[in-house]
This record gives sequence, structure tokens and C-alpha cells, in this order.
Amino acid sequence: MGIEGIGARVVRKEDRRFITGKGRYTDDIVLKDTTYAAFVRSPHAHARILSIDTTAAKAAPGVIDVLTGADLAGDRIGGLICGWMIHSKDGSPMKAGAHPAIAHEIVRHVGDQVAVVIAETKAQARDAAELVEIDYEVLTAVVDPAKAQDADAPQIHPEAAGNLIYDWHIGDAAATDAALAAAARTIKLDIVNNRLVPNPIEPRVAIGSYDEAEEHFTLYNTSQNPHVARLVLSAFVGIAPEHKLRVVAPDVGGGFGSKIFIYPEETVCLWASKKIGGRPVKWTSDRTEAFLTDCHGRDHVTRAEMAFDADNRITGFKVHTIANLGAYMSTFSSSVPTYLYATLLSGQYAIPAIYAEVEAVYTNTVPVDAYRGAGRPEATYLIERMMETAARELGVDPADLRRKNFVKSFPHQTPVIMCYDAGDYEATLDKALAAIDYAGLPARKAASLAKGKRRGLGFSCYIEACGIAPSQAVGSLGAGVGLWESAEVRVNPVGTIEVLTGSHSHGQGHETTFAQLVNDRLGIGVNNVQIVHGDTDKVQFGMGTYGSRSGAVGMSAIVKALDKVEAKAKKIAAHLMEASEADIVIEGGEVKVAGTDKTMAFAHVALAAYTGHNLPAGMEPGLKESAFYDPTNFTFPSGTYICEVEVDPDTGVVEIERFVAVDDFGNVINPMIVEGQVHGGLAQGIGQALLEGVTYDMESGQLLTGSFMDYTMPRADDLPSFEVSTTVTVCPGNPLGMKGCGEAGAIGSPPAVINAITDAIGVRDIAMPATPSKVWAALHGAA
Amino acid sequence: MYETSYHRPTSLSEAEALMGADVDAKFLAGGQTLLPTMKQRLAAPSALIDLRHLPELKGISVEGDTLVIGAATPHAAVQTSAEVKRTIPAIAKLAGLTGDPHVRHLGTIGGSVANNDPAADYPSAVLGLGATIHTNRRTIAAEDYFQGMFTTALEDGEIIVKIAFPIPLAANYEKFRHPASRYAMAGAFVAKTTGGVRVAVTGAAQGGVFRATAFEDALGADFRPEALDGLSVDADDMLSDIHGDSAYRANLVKVMVKRSVAGLL
Repeated sequence: MGIEGIGARVVRKEDRRFITGKGRYTDDIVLKDTTYAAFVRSPHAHARILSIDTTAAKAAPGVIDVLTGADLAGDRIGGLICGWMIHSKDGSPMKAGAHPAIAHEIVRHVGDQVAVVIAETKAQARDAAELVEIDYEVLTAVVDPAKAQDADAPQIHPEAAGNLIYDWHIGDAAATDAALAAAARTIKLDIVNNRLVPNPIEPRVAIGSYDEAEEHFTLYNTSQNPHVARLVLSAFVGIAPEHKLRVVAPDVGGGFGSKIFIYPEETVCLWASKKIGGRPVKWTSDRTEAFLTDCHGRDHVTRAEMAFDADNRITGFKVHTIANLGAYMSTFSSSVPTYLYATLLSGQYAIPAIYAEVEAVYTNTVPVDAYRGAGRPEATYLIERMMETAARELGVDPADLRRKNFVKSFPHQTPVIMCYDAGDYEATLDKALAAIDYAGLPARKAASLAKGKRRGLGFSCYIEACGIAPSQAVGSLGAGVGLWESAEVRVNPVGTIEVLTGSHSHGQGHETTFAQLVNDRLGIGVNNVQIVHGDTDKVQFGMGTYGSRSGAVGMSAIVKALDKVEAKAKKIAAHLMEASEADIVIEGGEVKVAGTDKTMAFAHVALAAYTGHNLPAGMEPGLKESAFYDPTNFTFPSGTYICEVEVDPDTGVVEIERFVAVDDFGNVINPMIVEGQVHGGLAQGIGQALLEGVTYDMESGQLLTGSFMDYTMPRADDLPSFEVSTTVTVCPGNPLGMKGCGEAGAIGSPPAVINAITDAIGVRDIAMPATPSKVWAALHGAA
Repeated sequence: MYETSYHRPTSLSEAEALMGADVDAKFLAGGQTLLPTMKQRLAAPSALIDLRHLPELKGISVEGDTLVIGAATPHAAVQTSAEVKRTIPAIAKLAGLTGDPHVRHLGTIGGSVANNDPAADYPSAVLGLGATIHTNRRTIAAEDYFQGMFTTALEDGEIIVKIAFPIPLAANYEKFRHPASRYAMAGAFVAKTTGGVRVAVTGAAQGGVFRATAFEDALGADFRPEALDGLSVDADDMLSDIHGDSAYRANLVKVMVKRSVAGLL
């Protein structure tokens, strides 16, 4: 309500410091007596370390120490963990290999850290790193997930025979096979979901600082979830007990998932700080290291088959996916191609039988973990490419085929765990069809053809699951943590408010939207609200930001805490104004007795709470409440995206002429920020479809797309002016009726783009990214 | 980056003397290739001798039927120069298609031509117009100057002072940008001169910039895009990498030449 309440386009409070260069990022922090770390990284994708000679490096100017995996093992520092247990079909637990923070004996991908040099300056550390002499016995490498289990593939971890980490499944195999056998038509599709490099604009940074007198560690890092980092570094890596380790993640310049994970460099900086006597150790990734060490995303190879009856209703869907998890299992890697992927394989459709098998494999590549969308983009790409292909091969309109198969009543239990709570898929489809002028498509195609171009249109009706997640449910599925969120609302004696949240903002605008929520309840203005996050010493334990959860889960926790604050404020006000508590209302910064002219400022109530001079009998002074919110279900944002492209057959260049995105995010706090999230997601999704893709040399395992000279990040002029709008079905699962909007753009857009291109040039499939050379080759192959 | 020294000479002779005293030094002429290479620790010159402030290397002028551009002129100055736009607007267009605003304000024509990156834009204009390279020692015809990828006729210590472009009847440049780097994947400079049609292509070939002589002959007889139908450049001579194979690049060359021609009709 109001100009700064829920639903208002409040300008982002945090942008003043960001756009004036006053943001305070981890690399901006320079502690007294800081030393600098440079990592010696493997030039080989797979090799045995025969010897490491640090003599020359240790003697180099400014060098304080040179440490190796043997030193780490000698100090009994634990390896990194994967925090989500997946069991194979046969009930056996996943086969996780060791993940030391510095490689010991074997290196498993190009960029694997082998030693670290600590020096007085960054330049001295780098210079000395080149003097570390390492003898390698180069081993055969495998980078293609489809070849990881071949008989001649190298064994990457002794724990995972044949490089198979798990062979997992979900759904009903017999029912799905029966549906396929009885089908009037079946459509088969082989799909590759290309590997991506997240590339947030701020590379990762870690500063480890050890206080010898207090036996206390501090880690400053670029984290989306500092409390989880502290938990892992304490309980599993064994740096220090939690009360002796503070983790601070200040301003963070984008994460997209890649900064959820606990990385080796953080362990090394903490450990090394103690090792060298307590001077802080700082490491700042350069862009090359980011390409070689930030967890990548996607990388699925899938074969799928969908069954239709004679009326074109889907009767079954069978999926087999090989997921590349890279050289080591990153923090949440195991969950991405399983519970975050296969549970969404019903899409927006009523499908009676689904069966999916997922084989996760090790390869000699950078570890793969969650990246904007995490599993849901892979599911959406598969389903929506399948639906478009099916429509073409069944000879029906792709919008009609989708409409016929939409889930139309809620709640809807899918065969793959998820229970959709609310949605109106026809509403988003109809709105998108109207926006794109679907009826005018044939005329537009003819106009393009007349000027030598080919026009095409593609749909994507996506659904995703956000607001991760009910703790008991994810616990039963193997999660090592609960996925609730916490909040503390601290009212100051003058009536201003600090909200301490376990969510972490790294671009999402929490400082604005969370303040809007508080203002909506109390009417004190967003500038009287400060959002505090990202410091384990300040904020109670929290789970962090990923999976579009900060609204649906994080803000729900704030709602609960606000409920308690309001209840106490009403008690105090009723006492002071000699009214019944039931008659007290809070609005516009005033606490009023309904139906009378009695009122007092909210700040006055706050002051009364803190003076304690006149409180109801037995009431504690103060006005500060905390809450933990555990969701009751996932939330299910959905939408229809329509992409219209024009292809230049001479060059293969694809121009996106129109991109219509109609999303149902439930209730929206700040439409401007939501649109920004959608724009950014679309840029990344279109990037995946047209521009971005990792290429490894298949023999050597070298990363060929290791810089922006070869890895095509989307630029503003690659993108059209987006036409975004929303429909609303309120989410029944949380107090604000919100669903989450952070990933939808990246989830929904790739299939819309590829469906449009394949429509334009008349081919069944084209691999992402659909670069000009690939489109040109496809056109000429098809001609 | 490794430690290095930086020199900012104020005359050509001072620059020559500095280079003469240090065999491991490198000339810096904007640094849009050299500096990133040094930052990646792939180059470690003992010193950088900055050529951008030498008065001998500055200025844009029209001398009779020739446009003369000082080697230290940044791309942005060429892009916006009234003399260039009046005499050979295709060069202004080419300069405006090079890099991004940052690159265009730091990178120089001399640096680009001296480096002879196979995907650089300027070599196509130099060869396409039959320009003359004036160095501190001699003059070199464009035909003799470019000797393959990153290879030129420049000797050690030789400095490009200016480049003289004969003003053509008409010229045009069309560029297909590499999706990631935005260098030329195929850049076609087409010039109509009193001596005939010249077509120089950058970005596509293994040997760097080259003249498409078969296209020149066809266009000399019939200056229309259709004149190239049935002709092609040899795909075996083209680059091939993860962004496009040689057949694709050969196609791009023809398409860009056709578009360059179409722009002149």
C-alpha cells in the first residue's frame, strides 16, 4: 500500500552506493598486515603429481610461505563436501570422491589447485608461483559426459567405479513403458543442455584472518550464504568450531548460484592465515581463474520419449539423462540433476506417467553445480523442445497442443513428487498470444521471406519450483540442511527499524523490497528501515539466497517477526491509551484506537518499550522479535514466453525481433525490481540459447572457451527490447502469496529461442548455442 | 603483469634511442593488444616505449589526392575526422566499427597496422586502397608490407610514422563480427579506384589480410553483387575454429564483399 509499500515501484535504495562507486566488496577490504595468495594451478586435465619442488619459490622476494596438499593433509584439514545425499536405484549411496582444498597426488581438471604461495604483495605471490616446480605424469582425460563411462575412459576417483557417481531414478517405469507401448504416437528427442560459465561481474575473493590470542578466525568472502559457509567450514572442513569462526559476505557483485558453494580457496586462506602466524591472507580471483574454478552450470545429455493418445493428450514421458558433475562434487551438485530437475518434468501438463533416470558422472572438467535455475532450465528446455517438436510432427498448432494438455485444476499432484498449488496456465498463454499478435504471424513470415529472411516463432510454457523448501521434505530427499529462513526485527527506541535477515542480497534489491514490506505493515517509510545481512556475527543463523527463495521464504520469516512486533506494540499502546488491545490498529506510522481520535506515533510506542517506565504488568522491556519460517511447499512460478526471430540465411545471424514474457509470480512487492530480474534472466537464457557455451578440447581437456575472447557473454545489443508483463494467481503457501522471480527468465527463455529458430529454418533441432555458423550450416544442410 | 618500465618519449629520435638501448623493450602504440597480453603474463617486455605522444606521428591531413593519417592517431579521431569523412568515409566507418569506445580512444592506426592481427580492421583498408606505409626509415607499399598473420615488413626498431591512403573514387567496408571478441570474422574493404576495383579481406584467412583478386576481376567487369555469383574464395585458405569452420568463413567473405559492393550502388 502507499508509495513505498507492497506493489510500489520504489527506486532501489542500494543503488546510490553502487552507482557512485561506494559499494564495499570483499576486494575493497584491506586488513592490516595483509598477505596475498597466488595459487599454482594444474595445466593438465588429469595427471599424477610426481613431485613438487618449492625451494625456488620459497626463496623468491617477499615470499612468506609456499604450501601444498601434503601440508594440508598433514594438518588434518578436511576436504570439501557435497551436502545432498542421493541414492542410486539399488539403494546405495552416491559415490563421492575426495575433494581436498589443495590437490594431493592427482589433479583432475585444468585449474585444479596444486600449491599456494603466500607473499607480501600480489605480484610477488604470482611471480613466485611460477617458480614452483611440479613434475606431472599426464594421464588420459575425459570431458564428454556421454563418454565418461566408456571402458577406455580414465578412472577419475577410486570411489566411483566407471566414473558413475549415482544412477538415480524417479517415477513409475512400468506405467510409463505401458503408456509408450499403448501410444497412438510417440515422439523421440535427443537434447544436449550446454555447459555455461556463470561469470558474475565480481570474481570470487576470500580473506582469511586468524586471531592467535582469541583462537578465532574471520573469513570475508563473496558468498550468497555466509552461515552455510561457516557451518561447512566448521563441521566438515574442521577450520574451527562455529563460535570461533565469523564469516562476512559484504556487497557481492552477482552470484547466479556460483557463490552458493564452499570453495577450496576459502579453506586455504583461513588455514594459511593460521599457518603463517595470523597475518590475513587474501586471494582475489582473476577472470581466467573464474573460468577455470567457478562452478559451471548445466551440461546434460538427454534422450527422451513422449507418448500421445489419438486425441493428442500426453500419456507418458520417459527421460534418460547423463549429468556431468565435473572433477569434484560441489556443495549442492548432486541435487541439481535430480530433485531440482526431474521433479519438474511434468511441466505445465497433466501427464499420467513419468519415469526419469539420471546418471551423474565425473569428468576431468570444472565442477558443475547450481547456476540460475539449477535443474529447472534443463527440465524446461527438454519439455518445451519436446512439446514444440511433437506439435510439428503431430501436425497441430503448438499453442493448441499445450493448451489441451495444461493442468487446469489445483492442487495438482504430478507423478514426480511436486504438488502444484496454484496457477492459470491458459491465462498466461492467452495474454502472450495477444501480445505477440499470433494471428499476424503468417503475414510477418511472408514479409520476411520477401526480403530474403526467414522468420520463426517459438513458445515456452515453463513452470519452476522456487521457495526452497520444506525442511522435513528436503531432509527426506537427502538434503544435509533445513531450508527455512530466519529474521529478526529490531525496533530502535526512536522507532526506526533494523531487519536482520538470513537472506543475502547480491543484486536482488533486498534492501529495498524488505523495507517495503516493513513499511507496508508499519507505515514508517523505507528510509527508516535498515536491512542487515551477510555477517554471521550480526545475523542469527540463516540459509542464504538462491532458488528464488528470499521473497517466499526470507520475507515470510520477516512477516512472522513483524507479527510478533506488532502484537507487542499493540499491547503497549493499548496500555498507554487505556484501550482494548483488539481495537488497536497500526497504519501510517501511527498506532491508533479504532473508531476514536486517540493515536500515538509508532516511535512513541517504541520509546515506551525501551524506557520501561509504563508497560503492562509483567511485560519485558524492549521491542525486538525474531522468527524462523519453514515453508509448507515449494512455490510454482509459471509463464508463457514467445520468441520471434528473423534469420539471415546468408550469414546465419539470428535477430530476436520480439520477446514476449508473461509471468505469474503471484503477488509482487516491487514491479520494477521484478522486471529487472526478468530482464536479467532473459539475457542469460538468450545467452545460453544463442551465445554462451563451454568448449573443451576432447583430447587434452583444455578449456578452449577460457576468456571473453572465445566465450560469448550476452551484450545489450544482442538483446531485443523485452515485452514483459504478469498475471497473478496468489500462492496459497506463504503469507505474502509470493512465488519468486529470480530465475524464471533464464529457465523459460532458451526453448522459446530454439523453437523459434527451428521454426524459421525448418530443422528438427539445433544445438545450443545456435551461433551464426551453426545456423548457417543447418540451413545449408537442410537446403 | 610482470614488472616493466614505461618511457614516454617526446620525439621520434628519442624513441629510437630508447629502443636502441634496450633490445627487450617494446613500442606501445595504444596497447589494446599488448597490454592484455602482458596482463596475462604472456609477454614480458623489459620496457614500454610509448609512441602516442610523438609529434611526428600525429595529425590527419589531405595532401593532394592522398589522405595521410599519423600513426599515433586513435581510432576515435579517425572515426570523427572531417577530413577522413570528406575524402574516404569508408575509413571513418571502419574505425567506428573497431572495438568499443574504450579501444577506439586508446588504440591507434599505427599500432593496429604494426601488429597485423589477422582479425584487425585497418589492414583491409591499407591493402584495399594500396596505401603506403611511411616509417622512420623508408616507405613500404601495402602489397609488400603485409607478410602473413602478425608478420610485416617492419624491421626491429622500425616505427610507422604515417600511412598515406590514395583517395579512391568510392570505397566501403562491411564487417562480420566474431560473436565473442567482436574482431572481424570477415571484413571486406572494397574500393573503386581509377586503376580498377580492389577488394581486401581481413579476419577470415590463415594468412591474414589478402586481396580477393577473382572478385576484383569480376567486379571490374560488372560492379554489382550478382557479379560474384558462382565465384568463391578457397575455403582451404580460411581459418577454422570453434566459432566457424573454413567453409563458413569462405561464405562470410563473399557475403561481406557483396554487401560492401551493394553499399556503393
